Amino acid sequence: MSEQAPIEKQEYNITVYTENHVGLLNRIAMIFTRRKINIDSLNVSPSEIEGIHRFNIVINETEEVVSKIARQIEKQVEVLKVYFNTNEDVIWQEMALYKVPTDIIAEKAKVERLLRENGARAVVIRKDYTVFETTGHREETDNLIKVLQPFGLIEFVRSARIAIIKGSDGFNRKLREFERAEPGQEAIENEFLNSRDKVFTM
Amino acid sequence: MLTQEKQAPALPETDTMISGSQALLHALSVEGVDTIFGYPGGAIMPIYDALFDFPGNMKHVLVRHEQGGIHAGQGYARASGKVGVVFATSGPGATNLITGLADALIDSTPLVCITGQVFAHLLGTDAFQEADVIGITTPVTKWNYQVTDATEIPAVLAKAFHIASTGRPGPVLIDITKNAQLQKFAFQGYERCVHIRSYRPKPIVRKEYIERAAELINSAKKPFVLWGQGVILGSAEQEFKAFLEKSGIPAAWTIMGAGALPSDHPQNVGMLGMHGNYGPNVMTNECDVLIAIGMRFDDRVTGRLDKYAKQAKIIHLDIDPAEIDKNVKTTVPVWGDCKETLPLLTQLVEQKQHTEWLAKFREFEQKEIDAVIREELFPSSGEMTMGEVMQQLNELTNGEAIIVSDVGQHQMVACRYAKLNHTRSNITSGGLGTMGFALPAAIGAKFGAPDRTVVAVIGDGGIQMTIQELGTIMQSDVDVKIMILNNQFLGMVRQWQELFHERRYSFVDIQSPDYVQVAKGYGISGRSVNERADLTDALREMLAHPGSFLLEVMVTKENNVFPMVPQGCSVSEIRLK
Ligand SMILES: Cc1ncc(C[n+]2csc(CCOP(=O)(O)OP(=O)(O)O)c2C)c(N)n1
Ligand SMILES: [Mg+2]
Repeated sequence: MSEQAPIEKQEYNITVYTENHVGLLNRIAMIFTRRKINIDSLNVSPSEIEGIHRFNIVINETEEVVSKIARQIEKQVEVLKVYFNTNEDVIWQEMALYKVPTDIIAEKAKVERLLRENGARAVVIRKDYTVFETTGHREETDNLIKVLQPFGLIEFVRSARIAIIKGSDGFNRKLREFERAEPGQEAIENEFLNSRDKVFTM
Repeated sequence: MLTQEKQAPALPETDTMISGSQALLHALSVEGVDTIFGYPGGAIMPIYDALFDFPGNMKHVLVRHEQGGIHAGQGYARASGKVGVVFATSGPGATNLITGLADALIDSTPLVCITGQVFAHLLGTDAFQEADVIGITTPVTKWNYQVTDATEIPAVLAKAFHIASTGRPGPVLIDITKNAQLQKFAFQGYERCVHIRSYRPKPIVRKEYIERAAELINSAKKPFVLWGQGVILGSAEQEFKAFLEKSGIPAAWTIMGAGALPSDHPQNVGMLGMHGNYGPNVMTNECDVLIAIGMRFDDRVTGRLDKYAKQAKIIHLDIDPAEIDKNVKTTVPVWGDCKETLPLLTQLVEQKQHTEWLAKFREFEQKEIDAVIREELFPSSGEMTMGEVMQQLNELTNGEAIIVSDVGQHQMVACRYAKLNHTRSNITSGGLGTMGFALPAAIGAKFGAPDRTVVAVIGDGGIQMTIQELGTIMQSDVDVKIMILNNQFLGMVRQWQELFHERRYSFVDIQSPDYVQVAKGYGISGRSVNERADLTDALREMLAHPGSFLLEVMVTKENNVFPMVPQGCSVSEIRLK
């Protein structure tokens, strides 16, 4: 009757556009905790539109669970729009910083080659330590940890994932529709229902 | 002094200096609030001070516990269709609201709760009676907001009422710090909120889905309608009836939807769910098209999901897109307000009778009457049953009363057997199953529908959870008929222990006080009956009594509610005994 959603779990990138409202982070996080779903990565930052924030949330779940969660998020009063995408549908990056002792690095490592091979750059070089930075997918940032570990890696930090949706037209036009008292059908239509056209093979 | 009739207050002129508390009360008055259920305390004192001589007709009902206050607000909202308003102080006052908020959220009841909060400069210091109310109430509110500056109050209140009452309704909580209540500011008027850009309560109806739904309905041989509270919340009772009468489809209800169609309507085939009627449960797995209207496929309704209506095409009408496909995969989703979607659907469906199909439901009904109902409603010997009390009550009220039920066996019996002629007549805690709901909710219902008889049907367990609200009845002189069906047990739990735990009656044997004496202490008349011969007379006395009355009926101790779909079973495995 209907096309079955894939039942295996995989990484999904949930993109949420919201008003800038105290407590909203909590409200959204609770939608996951209530269902005992772990958030693997969470980034919240101002979007390209003033006053609108963008959440990037990564979870490992089935499509069915993700789509239900997306609707629960979109139901929150201050949420404007929710999208969810598999990794294939987004361009994504994480940034990582690595602090290593300068003396060892300078003495033992072929620093230049190491940086070039890992697409990293030095952000700070001091007598006592050096900080490298790299951006990329998880494996890439992980890789540099392995490389730097023998040289006495002191500290490491990785940012949350940020992702751009390949097929997106951006949010500006949609927002203008939302601001109208009677938004047009296209803008306020529920994407989840739109995609239902497929199911009408009765 | 607040009860006497006064003129509705004019709004202060622009730039008049008023306090945050006054702004709040003006907001309530513009929103048409006539009754507030509340309890004062340190952090909400400025609001109570402003209320003391606020002009107009707004009543304040002093409850005995904030949980009582919020359940009263719920009862008021459910009976009247208006937003219930509740006041509570910070800390313990606010935390006492939690059960009611959770109840109102799951049962889609519109509420605006105002809590006092400590001074803004004390937030986060573990100040006296400080609790993180926004944090605690986030998962149990549709929306919440903390006001720390009085100038925000008009716009925030307007937003609160808009959010609580539109789309799928729900509870909103506004936490106001004491400094904001006291702060004077230049009033800039009050404008009701009609649009929030991030909130779209009213979907645009998509015609193609209506057409698909109508096609399915028109080609169906065995269509079956399930309706829930959405019909009532959308004030779509007439539209619903018109749809049913044109399509000729049999219809069954969830306990939240009861009363939207009169009990004796020929197409009303009864109650769904765990203790619902036999026919509707069995036929769910026989029908070819299932049309769900304003209901959310709760597990108490569906039983085992992987064996639920698998043979049927499913049409789901709902205003909340998150409900579509949540529990049951839909063939045709009709997203929208059923007040709008039902007439569109009615236009496209063919006039039909479905006489044979409807007759099948009546066959099952007959089986249920023979196996369960006759003995429950008309026992000739033995101790009294809950069913016969409801039956006698029906005869006397003729289905005109509002029935407010608590939670347990008596709730299932009340919902199954109460005759309801009107909508907004069955008030019960459906989604959360909150014991202690009925007494305060009945108080609220009476304020919400003062011209109607309100009968609270409560167990001997539940009454003891909020019995303190007898004090509210005493003081506010509310006319509520309190009917305690005393089986000397936490009956519903005992039933499960009997059926599924080898009769190991673990802590379900509950003692009661002398309820008539307790009522008397509150100045409420009462009576207790033990004998069948006295039942009708006692019910008559209760209904005829001017003002509140408490009637305790001693019923048989170990009766079970049947039919029953045991947990984990399919609806078609419903047991008659
Ligand atoms: C606040 C709360 N606590 C516990 C329960 C679990 N519970 C459901 S029904 C029930 C028994 C109710 O007993 P009573 O009020 O006497 O009603 P009866 O079933 O006997 O009619 C209990 C304890 C509940 N629903 N709500
Ligand atoms: Mg009992």
